[in-house]
Amino acid sequence: MNINATLLGQTVAFIIFVWFCMKFVWPPLMNAIEERQKRIADGLADADRAVKDLELAQAKATDQLKDAKATANEIIEQANKRKAQIVDEAKAEADAERAKIIAQGQAEIEAERNRVKEDLRKQVATLAIAGAEKILERSIDEAAHSDIVNKLVAEL
Amino acid sequence: MAATGEALTPQGYIQHHLTNLSVGEGFWTWHIDSLFFSVGLGVLFLWLFRSVGKKATTGVPGKLQCFVEMIVEFVDSSVKETFHGRNPVIAPLALTIFVWVFMMNFMDMVPVDWIPELAMAAGIPYMKVVPTTDLNITFSMAIGVFLLIIYYSIKVKGISGFVKELTLQPFNHKAMIPVNLLLETVTLIAKPISLALRLFGNLYAGELIFILIALMYGANWALSTLGVTLQLGWLIFHILVITLQAFIFMMLTIVYLSMAHEDH
Repeated sequence: MNINATLLGQTVAFIIFVWFCMKFVWPPLMNAIEERQKRIADGLADADRAVKDLELAQAKATDQLKDAKATANEIIEQANKRKAQIVDEAKAEADAERAKIIAQGQAEIEAERNRVKEDLRKQVATLAIAGAEKILERSIDEAAHSDIVNKLVAEL
Repeated sequence: MAATGEALTPQGYIQHHLTNLSVGEGFWTWHIDSLFFSVGLGVLFLWLFRSVGKKATTGVPGKLQCFVEMIVEFVDSSVKETFHGRNPVIAPLALTIFVWVFMMNFMDMVPVDWIPELAMAAGIPYMKVVPTTDLNITFSMAIGVFLLIIYYSIKVKGISGFVKELTLQPFNHKAMIPVNLLLETVTLIAKPISLALRLFGNLYAGELIFILIALMYGANWALSTLGVTLQLGWLIFHILVITLQAFIFMMLTIVYLSMAHEDH
């Protein structure tokens, strides 16, 4: 328990140990720890940023989807309008065509009738002349005449 | 039990366990065992931490590196909490003190007869295993800290500032200078002495109790059984003591040095 030279030896050893620790032990360990702390901090910051980016991207995607839906609706509406327009146009055209065709048909029918009428008139005339000839050939017979005339009339 | 050759009495046994292996005469006596174990443990500590530090990766650390880094970070945070200046010495100093003192204290955990008996078998008469039960060892560390306290006091405040601190406090009056000087000198000297004696006293007492418990093994079987229980209990309690003492030594070193940096 007495103080002796051990004290000096130990003091020297203590100073050397502290110096060695300061020069060769502390710096590499502290560097490694601080480096890792920095990396972890960076990683956490990156993760935070990624989450924020994701949120932003999702919001953007939602916006774009909404826009796309609106555009689609607009296009469909336009298409419907255009369809109705086309149908209307086609209807009008068809009506016009029909009217034209009917008019043409009626005109043709009229012409045909006129032609037939003319033909009939010609035939009536011929028949009348033939009847007259026959009447002239025979003697005038009232009953017979009327009979012929009646026949002619029936023929008309 | 001790086969000391000189005496198998309890007094002889205790005496034997508390005697250092020494060479030299008078002041120039060297305690070979204390120096051997303390320097050996210091070298072991520096080698271990240095080898981890050299291979330290900044990626995923191994288990040993984790362990070492835990200690380093613990010491670093203790230093940062207490000391708010910039000083490259204090943190490594605290680390060295903490780990080294802990390892020297830990020698107390080795059963008291193992190493002395081995030494005896090798022909070495005395072997005191726990360096911190040697007053020289604890005092040398305290003196190292004391020198740093004085060095930083003068470096930060200048010689005049340091002298003023010693003479103009706590009573700021010219007539009170001698009283102040006396008070402050006592305060200053008390720092290393309390550091050294606290560690020495705790460990010396702990070691002595281990020796007393070991003495019980020489009595009858009932006392031996009691001795086993007591030794286990004291061992578990002592784990706390040695860690706490290492921590206190480190913490007080930091506190004293941060006080040396403060300008009043």
